Amino acid sequence: MKEHELRALIDKVKDGKLTRRSFVNRMLALGLTAPIASQMLDFCGVARADTKFNYKPTKRGGGGALRILWWQGPTLLNPHFATGTKDQDGSRIFYEPLAGWDSDGNLVPALAAEIPSRENGSLAADGKSVIWKLKKGVKWHDGKPFTADDVVFTWEFSADPATATVTSGTYKDVKVEKIDDFTVRVLFDKPTPFWADAFVGTAGQIIPKHLFVDYKGAKSREAPTNLKPVGTGAYKFVDFKPGDMIRAEANPDYHVPNQPYFDTLELKGGGDAVSAARAVLQTGEYDYAWNMQVEDAILKRLETGGKGVINVVPGGNIEHIQLNTTDPWTEVDGERSSLKTKHPTLSDPAVRQALMLLVDRKSVEEHIYGRTGVATANFLNNPERFRSKITKFEFNIAKANELLDKAGWKRGADGIREKDGKKLKFVYQTSINAPRQKNQAIVKQAAQQAGIDMELKSVVASVFFSSDVANPDTYPKFYADIQMYTTTMSQPDPDRFMNQFCSWEAATKENKWQGRNPSRIRNEEYDKLYRDSQGELDPVKRAAMFVRMNEIVVGEKDGVIIPVVYRPRANAQAKTLRADISGWDNDTWAIARWYRET
Amino acid sequence: MPYYILRRLLIAIPSLLGISVVLFTVLALAPGDPFEELATNPAVPPEVRMALRAKFGLDDPIMVRYVRWISAMAQGDWGYSFVSRINVDDLILQRVGVTLFVIGSSQILALLIAIPVGVIAATRPYSLFDQIANTLAFVGFSLPTFFTGLLFILIFSIWLDWLPFVYQADIQATGWRWYWEHIRQAIMPIAVLGLFQGASLVRYVRSAVLDVIRLDYVTTARAKGLGERVVIVKHVVRNALIPVVTLIALQMPAIFGGAIVTEQIFRIPGIGSLLISSILANDTPVIMAVTFVFACLVVLFNLIADILYGWLDPRITFR
Amino acid sequence: MAGSTLASPSAEAVAQAQARAPTFSPTREAWRRFRRHRLAVISAIILALMVLAILVGPLFWRIPINHIDFAATLQGPSWNHPFGTDDLGQDLLSRMIYGGRISLAVGLAAMFVAIFVGTIIGAVAGMSRGWVGSGLMWLTDLFLSLPQLPLLLLVIYLFRDALKGTFGPEGGTFILIVIVIGGLRWMPVARLVRAQFLSLREKEFVEAARALGASKFRQVVRHILPNALGPVIVAGTIDVAAAIIAESTLSFLGLGFPPDIPTWGRLLFDAKDNLDFAPHWALFPGAAIFLTVLTINFIGDGLRDALDPRRVL
Repeated sequence: MKEHELRALIDKVKDGKLTRRSFVNRMLALGLTAPIASQMLDFCGVARADTKFNYKPTKRGGGGALRILWWQGPTLLNPHFATGTKDQDGSRIFYEPLAGWDSDGNLVPALAAEIPSRENGSLAADGKSVIWKLKKGVKWHDGKPFTADDVVFTWEFSADPATATVTSGTYKDVKVEKIDDFTVRVLFDKPTPFWADAFVGTAGQIIPKHLFVDYKGAKSREAPTNLKPVGTGAYKFVDFKPGDMIRAEANPDYHVPNQPYFDTLELKGGGDAVSAARAVLQTGEYDYAWNMQVEDAILKRLETGGKGVINVVPGGNIEHIQLNTTDPWTEVDGERSSLKTKHPTLSDPAVRQALMLLVDRKSVEEHIYGRTGVATANFLNNPERFRSKITKFEFNIAKANELLDKAGWKRGADGIREKDGKKLKFVYQTSINAPRQKNQAIVKQAAQQAGIDMELKSVVASVFFSSDVANPDTYPKFYADIQMYTTTMSQPDPDRFMNQFCSWEAATKENKWQGRNPSRIRNEEYDKLYRDSQGELDPVKRAAMFVRMNEIVVGEKDGVIIPVVYRPRANAQAKTLRADISGWDNDTWAIARWYRET
Repeated sequence: MPYYILRRLLIAIPSLLGISVVLFTVLALAPGDPFEELATNPAVPPEVRMALRAKFGLDDPIMVRYVRWISAMAQGDWGYSFVSRINVDDLILQRVGVTLFVIGSSQILALLIAIPVGVIAATRPYSLFDQIANTLAFVGFSLPTFFTGLLFILIFSIWLDWLPFVYQADIQATGWRWYWEHIRQAIMPIAVLGLFQGASLVRYVRSAVLDVIRLDYVTTARAKGLGERVVIVKHVVRNALIPVVTLIALQMPAIFGGAIVTEQIFRIPGIGSLLISSILANDTPVIMAVTFVFACLVVLFNLIADILYGWLDPRITFR
Repeated sequence: MAGSTLASPSAEAVAQAQARAPTFSPTREAWRRFRRHRLAVISAIILALMVLAILVGPLFWRIPINHIDFAATLQGPSWNHPFGTDDLGQDLLSRMIYGGRISLAVGLAAMFVAIFVGTIIGAVAGMSRGWVGSGLMWLTDLFLSLPQLPLLLLVIYLFRDALKGTFGPEGGTFILIVIVIGGLRWMPVARLVRAQFLSLREKEFVEAARALGASKFRQVVRHILPNALGPVIVAGTIDVAAAIIAESTLSFLGLGFPPDIPTWGRLLFDAKDNLDFAPHWALFPGAAIFLTVLTINFIGDGLRDALDPRRVL
């Protein structure tokens, strides 16, 4: 879709000829994510509709107990030290950011009085600053008032390298200043199209200055509030046992009327995903279970228990296969997969195209992931407006064989193709996870029929995803020909998400394999597009750039990425429970609004 | 004897130090680090992970880290968890009670089943009772606990709907209800573990009794006209106890160490589930503390077993 | 010297055997006694049949183990698939045949490693009265307290590539797994053997042998060890089951064979989440492990009867 077409559509929305929703849907069809679509509308001054979640209770409390299951229990409750989603989810029960992302990728105010925009003058025209107006009359759980000082302090706390927060990436390159008690300004040193990062969503949870001010920097771990959170959220802290459970009770002074509905909240951790699903779907012991990483066939059978349903919300996480562009089997200057080498066989586009034809994505979707993994041709799937419309995928063993024949890869005596003495034999690695191993089996079988031999390798997740420089089995080292894993997309903007194919991000010995580009793809057009996108303030032009970037990495010519399925988030919930879940924020982002239909 | 015990206790100190060096080295060399989830999240730049590694001292040489650990330990500082950022001893204390209760009960259950069944089976070898007991024992240790646990859940929680399968350490009830709820939720894990342990113990008891029951002194005891009961309990069982004591001494440290699989299945917040989640997250201070306490118990119970051998068979001497 | 209680049904033949009182070499004597243990002989035959089925099975049952058939997922036993299919429609019979090779080999080999190492260390520790004994017990304590998972990760990380290079991918993995499983299971055997030794070495018949000038080695091999074998044989049968199950845990952690190799323990593990919908998937591997354990145990019983020095048949 060209830029002018997009503009025409936006005008239609402005004139009311097209609903906001159907615009977003069309953009989703284009490969853009919903948040980006709505950002586009925001930027063009289209008024925002109310969120679709309909909260019915007319008074606070009275809902009894809410029992939820996280099969990996939160281990700490300071959002800025959260090493995983589970910890962010746990913290989010108590803490709130200025705004969160809803399931369409729209910003929804939490502690902010309103969302910054061009119209209300809080978004600078040069893209170098944004002003947040804060909600008045909000109280911390200990009764102290919430003010701009807390917001500024959250920035200071997280940006301080000595504190060693995990959110420092969001805060270290911005400046925050207080304008008055209920207004802050976030300053960027260059035009920043994606301004809604600091103080928004997962990384944006505001912590109370009065309780953390003595624990900034090296002393941060001693803060008693790390374990006994005092936030502004709808539920107040009662008890916490790391990895096991969190207990909370309704906050009588919550700043939104009639919320929350439940009187107490209990989060239980531990176990495995399947038995968590059983506890919600079959026995009804629990109301909600997080992250149902279970084969859909099993979930469907458990759903026949009748106590609950599986709820799927779109997000941007993508399970994909990477083809190594460098040679993992030759050591150059003490590193394998060195940028100075070229992969002996995968550097042939015919081989890469054949592999793209040999991944049976439809079957992977149908027989492994079901609703929790949708076959896709794109690396960037959501929000909708970033999704490419021209890409498609195909599973065709005959065509793959034909391609390889044409390119001169002849079958040897053992049935394995070879050319110039180089055999099509690949090591295919991934982390240990039942669906991934099945996925490997499906790909291996198809490859066999095309005369390609694959040795499957699986590595424990904690090793595969570690930053351990000494270990050869980590995914950034990529000492294999092919690898597969899911990249999470935690924000509805692809700025961070798409930097993993920039040439300067290539993982090398020099950067201790901390680069985010393990396939080591280097493409000039991509690099240029990415650089341009970072300064492009026009969301429509910017979206078009991301669409093109995606097309490069999955394309036939230079592509080294085989997207398999994109993974919407799935959770199990009791039939009567109404929960507002977003794929762009924590599961608990709107826990204040959860209620039970009677 | 007191001199012997004192000497063994003194020897235990350097031997535990030696064990701690090996444990620490293994943990430090084992691959992986605690920042798995940060790695796939594009919003977290790699420098964050590098900074955390440096802050936790993961990049220092192993000897430096060991000396730091052992000197802190000597002062009673158990270190703090990388993933929870709280003191390791607090973390362990929160969980040790549940493990002692569940694993302890299951061990008692195992003993209560295994000793009588094993003895009766051995006194009537190849009888119907013996055959049934043996077959059940084989089933018991051929099936892994991940399997039996799930089978129990399916039968008792899902089909019959009698018992809950999510264990809660803090039940919000009072009086007899509190006890009732605790027992209800503990039945399945205790049964799963107890039967698994009991199954192998039955085999050992049976074999040990069978070894002894054929000896001449038993015949002598019977010839003296002693009742069968007295012969079995006083003469046979006592002499057959040496391997049984050995096995129990081997099992006792597990009462602290927990049962990883069973605790996972039933979501029991015990030491075993703490250990496995720490291992998977490479939370070295927690793993080190748990395994070190475990090592102390191993050494201690080995000593206790040796003392018991002397009591069971006075001819055994230690010098 | 035979005791008053019969250890096995075959003992009824004692009187007859004594009546004939022929003389045999010790090996033939043991074999003769073994044959009289009916269950042991039946077990040996069943185990041999299982081994045979695993070895020649693939010649007759030709469905490839990784043939994915989405049209036939989770089917119960039928003529096309006598053991049914799994969730990818792969034939469970051929997977069981293939996986059985590995499971049986790993189970037996790991058991021998555990028993061999355990018996030697236990025997030496039980005979020695000085620092050697204490040192070996320290080693046992050390191994008992090592957390297995990080240790496994370390061993595999350190030695996998070297072994793969020397013995090929399958051979290397096999050796690694046998060493790892056997190497982490010998400690109970060592403790049991040592405890038996402590008691036996003070018994009259050992005293007598010592008085007659038997060397330490002879005392151990001819007199003490045969009497200490009872718990060792039980440990051996339990270890076979434990090793087969442990192998599945290893491959679950990515440390064992590649995940597409369907060992019995692995099949059981994969089946567990489908237990309520497709019980056949778990039934067959579970039964196979059970049958293996059962037969090995009876063979062990027969062996003990055959080698028992106190029995005169």
